[in-house]
Amino acid sequence: MRLSREDVLHVAWLARLELDEEEVERFTWELNQILEHMEKLKELDVTDVEPTSHVIPMTNVFRPDVVNEPLPRDEVIANAPDATEEAFRVPRIVEES
Amino acid sequence: MELWQLTIHEAHQLLIRRDISSVELTKAVLERISQVEDLVKAFITVTDELAIEQAKEADRRLKHMEDVTPLTGIPIAIKDNICTKGILTTAGSRILYNFKPPYDATVVEKLKKAGAVIIGKTNLDEFAMGSSTENSGFFPTRNPWDLNRVPGGSSGGSAAAVSAGECLGALGSDTGGSIRQPAAFCGVVGLKPTYGVVSRYGLIAFASSLDQIGPITKDVSDCALLLQFIAGHDPRDSTSIKMQTPKYVDALVPDVKGLRIGIPKEFYAQGVEKAVSSAVLKAVEELVEMGAEAIEVSTPTTDYALAAYYIIAPAEASSNLARYDGVQYGYRCKPTPNDIVAMYSRTRKEGFGREVKHRIMLGTYALSAGYYEAFYLRAQKVRTLIRRDFDRAFEKCDVLITPTAPSVAFKLGEKIDDPLQMKLSDVCTIPVNMAGLPAISIPCGFQDGLPIGMQIIGKLLDEATILRVSYAYEQKSGLRNLQPPLNTK
Repeated sequence: MRLSREDVLHVAWLARLELDEEEVERFTWELNQILEHMEKLKELDVTDVEPTSHVIPMTNVFRPDVVNEPLPRDEVIANAPDATEEAFRVPRIVEES
Repeated sequence: MELWQLTIHEAHQLLIRRDISSVELTKAVLERISQVEDLVKAFITVTDELAIEQAKEADRRLKHMEDVTPLTGIPIAIKDNICTKGILTTAGSRILYNFKPPYDATVVEKLKKAGAVIIGKTNLDEFAMGSSTENSGFFPTRNPWDLNRVPGGSSGGSAAAVSAGECLGALGSDTGGSIRQPAAFCGVVGLKPTYGVVSRYGLIAFASSLDQIGPITKDVSDCALLLQFIAGHDPRDSTSIKMQTPKYVDALVPDVKGLRIGIPKEFYAQGVEKAVSSAVLKAVEELVEMGAEAIEVSTPTTDYALAAYYIIAPAEASSNLARYDGVQYGYRCKPTPNDIVAMYSRTRKEGFGREVKHRIMLGTYALSAGYYEAFYLRAQKVRTLIRRDFDRAFEKCDVLITPTAPSVAFKLGEKIDDPLQMKLSDVCTIPVNMAGLPAISIPCGFQDGLPIGMQIIGKLLDEATILRVSYAYEQKSGLRNLQPPLNTK
């Protein structure tokens, strides 16, 4: 087994994903199974092969630095689960001093 | 023939001759939706009021013959991972159950400008992750050819809607086959353009280096038409290609004399059903009779494409889906925990479905410290080898022809608990996304009354040639605007 239960819990923490007990067990099994399948990739010799991140090579795509009309704030805020008139509201992040 | 059975180009002729109005056409399509939607379940949202409004405006344009395009007054459906201003856009996910985008995707803006009528938003596998539309966070869609079978996925709603006459054409998105495989399963035409030909601005991101929007239509002419209107450079998508959009409709010439067709043998192994490969090879024979030449080629690395894809796509997805955290839009868990990380984590637990969580976990692992080189970087290097294989094959031929999927549409529930089998249904389409190439699926026959799809893959930016080959075959075979049993009852 490549991945332990603790590894799965660590990955879930990295992904900000709460798992219940059944999911921990299932993902431990599923991820191990799929990673075994991925071993296949080691059959290929990739020495000196450049990675492809995008098929059409493009770097530094620039546009003129012009100010455009932003999205209307009220329309954007309207989608938030919790908000004031001008800001998204979330649980307190910074402790009171 | 009913109005809802028309193709886009047929309807356009009737509209400009003023034989029918866009309101009549749109009402006929809405009526059709109310007839069959309980059976097919292709739509998450039907935009009936807006559609009638847009149809009235189209009729005004048609009456004065001002700004009339081949799409003016034509009812089109949009996959629900493409943003539509003020209209519910869920990406098939509970986590976006109430999201109304404050802007239109570039493709939607373009369709509106052309005068198209937006008829509704179609169902999909959650965040386009799946091959059957059974992973939708809301309900599965059914195949109009057999309601006990899946329409394919992830653009299953769009393909089923086109097939059942619930729209005249539709937009889908394709990351590993999500336009072509459902097109094959539903007996319609679906094209994935070269990466960068169509703007992804406003497409809810799944795997950004692979995603591409494309048309799903009743025949090849409609496919070229719809592509014409959505293609083009967009400064809002930095990966979109700066170039003059070719006139795709000019490619609709039934001539394949001297065309070199490559038959990559690897695409005919890998568990492809005999009936499927025979139908595709028979279609190739017909093209040879019309003057084309068939050459066997080999793309050995494509056998590794599925494994590399299932590193790259989940890795990109895990990053793209980090934004769903219950802050800016969509679902937030109730009651809200006092700790913000707990709020993120529980919101994501409750908002995402099983397959999406699976891919987030896999992708996060593949990108995490200590594993990045072994998985993600290696997969990207394999991606380079896949591209080289295609380059080498295209030295000898102009197009490659393969099955679109290894089988015809399978039954609902048949593969949902067997993730590997489900993924194998994309084995012929995934290599194409990895190389960024354009490819189309068109009907080429039937097995037990279910349509079989043939995939034609082109060189980078050579949409014109795959459209020409498809058109030539379609003219010869007559396999266009196919009507499933549901349409003739």
